[in-house]
Amino acid sequence: MESKIKFVQGNEACVEGALYAGLEFFAGYPITPSTEIAEHLSSRLPRKGGRFIQMEDEIASLCAIIGASLTGHKVMTATSGPGFSLMQEALGYAVMAEIPCVIVDVQRGGPSTGIPTHVSQADVMQARWGTHGDHAIVAFTASNHQDVFNMTVEAFNVAETYRTPVVLLFDEVVGHMREKLEIPEPGQIPLVDRLRTSVKEGVDYHPYLPREDGRLPMSDFGGVHRYNVTGLYHDMWGFPSDNPSVVHGLIRHLVDKIENNANLIARYKKFHLDDAKTVLVSYGSAARSALHVVQHLRGRGQKIGLLELQTLWPFPSDIIQDVCNRAEYVVVVEMNMGQICQMVKQAVDCPERVFLANRIDGVFITPTDIRNILRLVAGKGV
Amino acid sequence: MAVKDYLRERFFPHIWCAGCGHGIVLNSLIRAVEKLGMSKNEIVMVSGIGCSSRISGYVDFHTLHTIHGRALAFATGVKMSKPELNVIVPMGDGDALAIGGNHFIHAARRNIDITAIVMNNRIYGMTGGQYSPLSGYGTLATTAPYKNIDQSFDTVQLATAAGATFVARTTTYHVQQLTDLIRRAILHEGFSVLEVMTQCPTYFGRKNKLGGAVEMMKYMQKATTPIGSKAKQKNPELIERGVFVEKEQPEYCSEYEKIIQRAMASGS
Ligand SMILES: Cc1ncc(C[n+]2csc(CCOP(=O)(O)OP(=O)(O)O)c2C)c(N)n1
Ligand code: SF4
Ligand SMILES: [Mg+2]
Repeated sequence: MESKIKFVQGNEACVEGALYAGLEFFAGYPITPSTEIAEHLSSRLPRKGGRFIQMEDEIASLCAIIGASLTGHKVMTATSGPGFSLMQEALGYAVMAEIPCVIVDVQRGGPSTGIPTHVSQADVMQARWGTHGDHAIVAFTASNHQDVFNMTVEAFNVAETYRTPVVLLFDEVVGHMREKLEIPEPGQIPLVDRLRTSVKEGVDYHPYLPREDGRLPMSDFGGVHRYNVTGLYHDMWGFPSDNPSVVHGLIRHLVDKIENNANLIARYKKFHLDDAKTVLVSYGSAARSALHVVQHLRGRGQKIGLLELQTLWPFPSDIIQDVCNRAEYVVVVEMNMGQICQMVKQAVDCPERVFLANRIDGVFITPTDIRNILRLVAGKGV
Repeated sequence: MAVKDYLRERFFPHIWCAGCGHGIVLNSLIRAVEKLGMSKNEIVMVSGIGCSSRISGYVDFHTLHTIHGRALAFATGVKMSKPELNVIVPMGDGDALAIGGNHFIHAARRNIDITAIVMNNRIYGMTGGQYSPLSGYGTLATTAPYKNIDQSFDTVQLATAAGATFVARTTTYHVQQLTDLIRRAILHEGFSVLEVMTQCPTYFGRKNKLGGAVEMMKYMQKATTPIGSKAKQKNPELIERGVFVEKEQPEYCSEYEKIIQRAMASGS
């Protein structure tokens, strides 16, 4: 019997979450700082009858898990920035063909090979717009190991519910840091399996005809329904089509099924926000320092709070508006040049009250870094 | 089952030009599957992008039409996650050996039980006649207006060196052999590569003044010879047809089953 309480790296917490969620197939290619995920799964998956394969590159890794998803399995790959860049074409394929899959990006500094062993959160926009064409995407993040576990389970649940790729944007600090993880009992967190068609053998099954609620029941490859899957615009049979109404209907469906459910997909945590005049917005490991600042300044009687985002995409504009429009200042804390800060500015009524507290030098952002910005914002000088 | 029971008539007419060799490969493929008496439910066809890759739309199997060059990577996921399925991967010469070259050699190296059919028309048909890694030195293409200076791969040698355990070649002229080799490639347990020399009259034929489909097929008849024939000894320029490699070696998915056994035995 494995102990329920572990002292592990964030990457292992992700592995535990994936196994808890029912991961059956993993394909990957080693890259710092995500490699531990592949290493642990190469050992853990076959023990439960699952399968692990180290592919020839990240392109092949994402392609392989898409293939394995179609045979009816829960699938995942893991990488970091350069590998995530290579995956973008196949990511678009998973969007278009509506293939449930989970892609972990443990972020490091970029562009290019960048700074492999140091922290960054600069892949936020790559997750959103890395693949070409209009589309919607789901991306989650987490700031501590219990949440890495929980959001990994959520990623599988959302991927299977909406038939979509889900990106888990972790970062080097969360991935490599060790802390406590308590693994919930089986059944404690509900798990979602994909909807499978009830259409009987011999009766026409339309793989790409959405039900009234927008969901598309699947049929496993190897089962009684044979159908076509393609990255081209396609009709309800999955057959290529350039009919304008088919094209229009499909792109609307792909975007609406995610964007119309943005509030259902939104995960976040509120800390001391009820009376907050200064609101910090943060996510991932940066939110740890932000929370530290909030707790410290609350101790001194300052009305400051934190909104920690766990869903980055679809962007949770409603909750941002709700929390930030009452604030005097909003400070977005992140380790990039303002990728989420821009989104917050777009969402709020007074973008001139939104400021950025960031670091872009591969060094983890500290509470002092954030406090210095807060003093500047308040006109106090550093 | 009749041949037409393997086709999705709903999706016809097909997109191929008159005289294109890809339809002949489709015909032989279905006849091979019919001869083997395989159930349509146990076959997954995975293809990439190109005129050749469109073959997957027309057959009534589980079909996965993917992205350019990556079909074998998708197929690896399909096969490994459900090894009881038969996975067939038709590819264009550009699809298989330019953009997909890395996946090709690695699938061969693993010896995963997939049947790869390289439909070699020596040109990028779908994008309108640019040179491919199999066009050959001295040929003309829309991107080789002064004649191609790229040397070609020999698909058979490449597949053999990369570790494929069944390697064969034929042409669309030799349809009986084509059907038979597809059948044998499917039956073979391990990574099988079948190169099919085929004609693209629209681009390769026209650019290189080789005449129409009939002339191009006659050329393939003349330019090829069975492996080890006397004709080959007399004229080393001739391209050999037949089975070059057929050997038994541990298959990837069967090997992974052993990993599962070992891992389970080691306890959790
Ligand atoms: C990533 C990417 N690059 C380029 C293309 C454009 N493209 C489509 S098919 C093709 C080549 C097709 O040639 P081949 O694989 O030989 O197949 P054929 O059409 O000759 O049967 C190219 C370059 C693409 N679809 N995707
Ligand atoms: S362009 Fe060439 S390869 Fe494509 S369908 Fe026409 S003849 Fe065939
Ligand atoms: Mg070609």
